[in-house]
Amino acid sequence: MRLTVREALLSFRRAPVLSALAVTTIGFALFVFGLFGLVAVNLRSTLGEIEERVEIVMYLTRGTPVEVVTVAIGDIQAFPEVESVEYVTEDQALERARRELVEFQGVYEDLTANPLPSSLEIRLRQGYRDSRSVRGVAERLSGFRFVEDVRYGRDWVEKLDRLRDIAGVVGLVIGAGFAAAALMIIATTIRMTVLARSREIHIMRLVGATDGFIRRPFLLDGAIKGALGGVLAIALCYGAFMLVSRGLFRASFFSTEQTLLLVLLGTVLGFAASALSVNRHLPRV
Amino acid sequence: MIRLNKVFKAFPKGSMALKDVSLHVAKGEFVFLTGHSGAGKSTVLRLIYADDLPTSGTVRVSGFSTASLKRRDIPRLRRRLGIVFQDFRLLEDRTAEENVAFALEVTGTRRSVIAPKVMRVLTQVGLATKANAYPHQLSGGEQQRVAIARALVNDPLVLLADEPTGNLDERATRGVYQLLKDINATGTAVLLATHDLDLVRQASCRTVELQEGAVVYDSQDDGPAAEGHA
Repeated sequence: MRLTVREALLSFRRAPVLSALAVTTIGFALFVFGLFGLVAVNLRSTLGEIEERVEIVMYLTRGTPVEVVTVAIGDIQAFPEVESVEYVTEDQALERARRELVEFQGVYEDLTANPLPSSLEIRLRQGYRDSRSVRGVAERLSGFRFVEDVRYGRDWVEKLDRLRDIAGVVGLVIGAGFAAAALMIIATTIRMTVLARSREIHIMRLVGATDGFIRRPFLLDGAIKGALGGVLAIALCYGAFMLVSRGLFRASFFSTEQTLLLVLLGTVLGFAASALSVNRHLPRV
Repeated sequence: MIRLNKVFKAFPKGSMALKDVSLHVAKGEFVFLTGHSGAGKSTVLRLIYADDLPTSGTVRVSGFSTASLKRRDIPRLRRRLGIVFQDFRLLEDRTAEENVAFALEVTGTRRSVIAPKVMRVLTQVGLATKANAYPHQLSGGEQQRVAIARALVNDPLVLLADEPTGNLDERATRGVYQLLKDINATGTAVLLATHDLDLVRQASCRTVELQEGAVVYDSQDDGPAAEGHA
């Protein structure tokens, strides 16, 4: 085991430029991957915030008795999708309009009668905020007798859904592309190391080293390069994150688990690439 | 211990490197394998250390037979052999001591065992004082001694030497040859491939001559009085 570690580390000293190049390319490949990850993380948290605001408003027919409304609230609250139901009376609606729509303050103050209907504002549980659930709930709400109108941001909800789907697909495609590029780069550097060390490998075979023994330092070498590339990618991502979050808008960085995951991804990539390369080139040395 | 039985070996292009070679090397024997370059000496050695397999016939080495040899058997087979080449095949970035120790490290020998063993064989080949020298700081004869020490450190049953004196001057040649004789005297068999007829003439050892891939002469067949042939 000592020899394996020593041999793996020696490859950095023997070919410092090549090793640095390998680490850097893996680093950059994972950096782009990580950048996308950052966008995804932030997009998801933003989507989450927007989704939390998704609500259905159910306008009630004027003159609906409070008792009927109270019973309806109980019914609606029993829907599995519903998180909360808020009753906004006509007076409350007017008060809110006066407060929030400053430009029309004068208009509302001159009113002698309240033109605004009372309403129920319904918020859905997390996981039910997609367009299908929203539409489903809205349709069921329309069934109540005292309903004047049910409004929800149909387009808005559907667009959000589509945006998230596209983000997922694009992320997967770009990520897979860069993973493939990183894989090929590592495989090439390992191949060059195998060829550069062909003399040593030849001697190892002559003195009776097993294939597994000969292979191990290369696998470790690839894994270390991948891990270092992962660390580099995290550093670059953090740099980019600082730049963006300081100048443009508030963003969030990876969690500890996500950071470790990126480094682990690099390690696995490095290991897999060197395994591929070693299995292919070792028998020919 | 080493037995080639009706071995044929075809070159990739179809011509024959070895034709019906049968050869037996007994435990503790010293055998010269002679012949012009291209006669098949190296091919015989390569078949013995399983770098290649015979096209037909069998090669048996210390309980392993090419008839049933698996890839994973090869390292175990080679650990019973010591192999020395004309070009030494040392690692340039390692000292004499590290080159020898390398052979033990890659076979998973415990560290506590390695250092004394390495010193013992370096002393045996007369290089105890140059243990820390790098190959480029050593003469050709000394480099070959390091290679021999590396071949010996696993206590092989047989030492295979492919033109070990091919790159050496006469004095170094005599020194390396004497060293091989000394090693043989401790019980290790030696199979020495060479086209250096002077070396063969001086020696009073069994000599097998190859010509165009076939054994044309084996001094053993002549009985003990067959000295002087070349």
